[in-house]
Amino acid sequence: MAQTPQIFHSSQRSNQPFTWGDLIALGVVAAVLYVGIRLAFDAPAVIEGPDISLKPSALPWYTLLSVGRMAAAYTLSMVFTLLYGRAAAYNRRTGQLLMPLLDVLQSVPILSFLPVVLLGLSAILPQGIAAELASIGLIFTSQAWNLTFAWYQSLTTIPKELREASAIYRLNTWMKFKSLELPFGMISLVWNSMMSWAGGWFFLMAAEIFTVGSRDFRLPGLGAYLHEAANQSDFRAILWGVGVLILTVVLLDQIVWRPLIAWSDRFKVEMTEADEPPTSWFYNLVSNASLTHWINEHLTHPLAETFDQATVKRFPPSVGVVKNPSPKRWFTILLGIFFTAGILYGLYHASAMLLAVPAQRWAQVGLGVLATFLRVGIALTIALIWTVPLGVAIGTNRKLAAILQPVVQVTASVPATALFPVVLLLVLNLPGGLNLAAVLLMLMGTQWYLLFNIIAGASAIPQDLKYTTQLMQLTGWQRWRTLILPAIFPYLITGAITASGGAWNASIVAEYQTFGGKTLSVTGIGSLIAQATAAGDYPLLLASTLGMILVVILVNRFVWRRLYLLAEEKYRME
Amino acid sequence: MNDTLLQLEHIYQVYGAGRRRFTAVEDINLSLSEGEFVALLGPSGCGKSTLLRIIAGLQQASQGKVLYRGQPLVGVNPHASIVFQSFALFPWLSVIENVELALKVKGIAEQPRLQRSEELLDRVGLDGFESAYPRELSGGMRQKVGFARAMAVEPELLCLDEPFSALDVLSAESLRGELLELWMEGKIPTKAILMVSHNIEEAVFMANRIVVMDKEPGRIIAELNIQLPHPRQRKSTEFQAQVDQVYATLAGQTRSEKEELGAAPGESGRTRRLPETSINDLAGMLEHLAESEKPKQDIYLLEDELGIDPDHLLSLTETAELLGFAAIAKGDIELTPLGQTFAEASILARKEIFAVRARRLPMMRWLLNMLKAAEKQELKMNVIRAALGLEFPTDIAESQIETLINWGRYAELLEYDDNDETISLEPERVRGS
Repeated sequence: MAQTPQIFHSSQRSNQPFTWGDLIALGVVAAVLYVGIRLAFDAPAVIEGPDISLKPSALPWYTLLSVGRMAAAYTLSMVFTLLYGRAAAYNRRTGQLLMPLLDVLQSVPILSFLPVVLLGLSAILPQGIAAELASIGLIFTSQAWNLTFAWYQSLTTIPKELREASAIYRLNTWMKFKSLELPFGMISLVWNSMMSWAGGWFFLMAAEIFTVGSRDFRLPGLGAYLHEAANQSDFRAILWGVGVLILTVVLLDQIVWRPLIAWSDRFKVEMTEADEPPTSWFYNLVSNASLTHWINEHLTHPLAETFDQATVKRFPPSVGVVKNPSPKRWFTILLGIFFTAGILYGLYHASAMLLAVPAQRWAQVGLGVLATFLRVGIALTIALIWTVPLGVAIGTNRKLAAILQPVVQVTASVPATALFPVVLLLVLNLPGGLNLAAVLLMLMGTQWYLLFNIIAGASAIPQDLKYTTQLMQLTGWQRWRTLILPAIFPYLITGAITASGGAWNASIVAEYQTFGGKTLSVTGIGSLIAQATAAGDYPLLLASTLGMILVVILVNRFVWRRLYLLAEEKYRME
Repeated sequence: MNDTLLQLEHIYQVYGAGRRRFTAVEDINLSLSEGEFVALLGPSGCGKSTLLRIIAGLQQASQGKVLYRGQPLVGVNPHASIVFQSFALFPWLSVIENVELALKVKGIAEQPRLQRSEELLDRVGLDGFESAYPRELSGGMRQKVGFARAMAVEPELLCLDEPFSALDVLSAESLRGELLELWMEGKIPTKAILMVSHNIEEAVFMANRIVVMDKEPGRIIAELNIQLPHPRQRKSTEFQAQVDQVYATLAGQTRSEKEELGAAPGESGRTRRLPETSINDLAGMLEHLAESEKPKQDIYLLEDELGIDPDHLLSLTETAELLGFAAIAKGDIELTPLGQTFAEASILARKEIFAVRARRLPMMRWLLNMLKAAEKQELKMNVIRAALGLEFPTDIAESQIETLINWGRYAELLEYDDNDETISLEPERVRGS
């Protein structure tokens, strides 16, 4: 699982809670939101979703559709990552703008964008295409940021001497990318791709089952299948759907991600051999097959050789020290002016729209944020209460880990959003109703991040420290206070940051449900966003979406960042 | 001279601007001719690696001219290649692929490329290891790959950036011998070698000219021709005399006290950088000197006796001199009566002596005065960082603060709290003064 130290190096870099870059980034987000909402004015009032068949024989096709959406979004994310990361890493000035923008984007609750994107796109495109594009766009926004950060970070941490070697041996841009940059970033890219896919499922399911009022944005796919099955209380279909979903995720893990991880081990930079290099049965199978060798010898190798030589001849490395190419400067300035003008235009209209929102509505937004904040807090607390003891137990006990780790991994691999309708079906009639369901849904979406990080933290406690506490005869609470809690603290915080992000995201699907023909909702910012979408109240949609984004960013900056810095400085083991 | 390969004229390298302007190297004039093996020698921070990068064209000098065969050098020097201290091999490429890559990007086809790489690996004694990955090799073998790769492009000028300093003693010695053999017997098409080193013996062993540099600012202070015949005998008196001579240049002379101490930060005049040494190491060296029979000792001999590298040794002798524990002249070191007392004193007495001497240092005095004037006699690290940032580049300011804190803690003048990054006066001192 993705609980390796890679997670721990997150992007919390500066000490200052806010910079100019952040303000500009927030402006960009607000302006983009406005444009989406402006488009949404023309969205049709009633949108009919496709008919979803509950026959098991329909499942392979639905699965293919879902995986296809994921693959399309992932390809887009990769292209974006490679270009954006390069632009940010190799040009100091663009980097100063691009990185804060990315930082804001990644802490924005992506699902809060979903209604705006769906409405906006369905106004200008046929419904089917609009929903497809919206889902791909949404998955893209869930996959791209961490990949881009990882790529940027690896580009900026390539050892100086390796860079100098590639300069003195005159590698051109392509050869440098192929022989230095890509291999150096490979491990981190593979791990982050895996995380991105896991996150992507979460959002794909949400995008496939998004229904508000008389607007049904469902897409044919696994998520819609489960939604429809729960709607009709068809337990056989639910089982089929969940089974196929788990199978798909496990299969992808076994024949895509494990092999990739095993393969990417060759790209590690450490000059020592690992004790237990990652392995994969599928990778061994493929890499030992004679067909693979034949293809490599007769196809890929000659092709790569020809291509490399062609680039060497066509694009020799630039002679001369890299200077600012002056002819491009006017172009950059022009682009900057257009960009700024666009943002200012969007901001102007966005503020005009916000000013038109009556005070009473603002009170609703405030109340909603508060209610959701409480729910997120409760979900996090419950998650902490059970994941800390279990995570430490698994992390410190090899036998227990051998039994529980696979179970936990499979359970965690099911995207929580896919199960939302099912959970709803089960708990709706209990006391507390949707309120209980909402907290439960948030919990499902968040607890795994915590658990995996705590397991990682606990298994990283050095053996000699464990012996020392034994020698000092520390037991029970003392042992927890002096050894375990400080040791897992950085991991706990990293997990909690991701978990709280996930909980905020879940709120928009959790607090408002169209179920069995009825509409259910509780007080909260997520339900406010959904209600505004259903009613076509665009100023309220803008106000509530922006309100949610702002609160999440503030919480990140003033609570999580501080805790993270504390963890980095005081509790890091080295 | 017609066969001049490389010429540096009035090279300056300056970082930063305005008040925060630091000179890395100053007014460097140097020429390199065919057939020469030149060693650039100096303490760390003297800019010798910067100079190598300017020559290789990896870095552009702020000022001055670099001429290669009479032509101004633009961009990466196509006639040079570098062997790096950290090898700089691509860990994901096998040994032969690492060598091949240098040829591939020159547009050489696969077959001749492979053949040439294999020949080169044979020549450095790595046949049989072609398909191994760098991480499977020992340090010495990795550097052999580094040499094979550098030679693959048949450079006229071979630049060596401390190529032996990351190796164990035995590998380093055998690799030195092998390189000298290739070079002396003309088995490689290389016209000249430029080696950066901080190892004095190594330079005397290999080079036929040594360019000695000093720091603050980085500049050339001497050039020595080594005319000993190869193979050179390290134990011979001629060899030892050469080493001693280099040490005499590098260790400098004990100067008048005012000159030696420099000015305090913020005052006019140059602020003297403290040598970054631990007082325990200093005490170790002083004890060693106190126990020896002779009053005067050759500094170069201490290198073996104490088992430390020249860089470390020179910073220790500099510390001893700065604190008045020893006097240095012509490559010899002699304990002062104070140094003698320090070496023989108990731990507590040592701290007392050290405290008295450390207070005389302008930078320490400046820090103590600032603390005394401050509220609660304590200051945040940031304040001191900012103040020293005006005198030194950021990383050096940081390490200077560390040295100040270490010395101040040893002398029981200062306390430092890492949690809130605060420096404060030792409570006793507050009352006392």
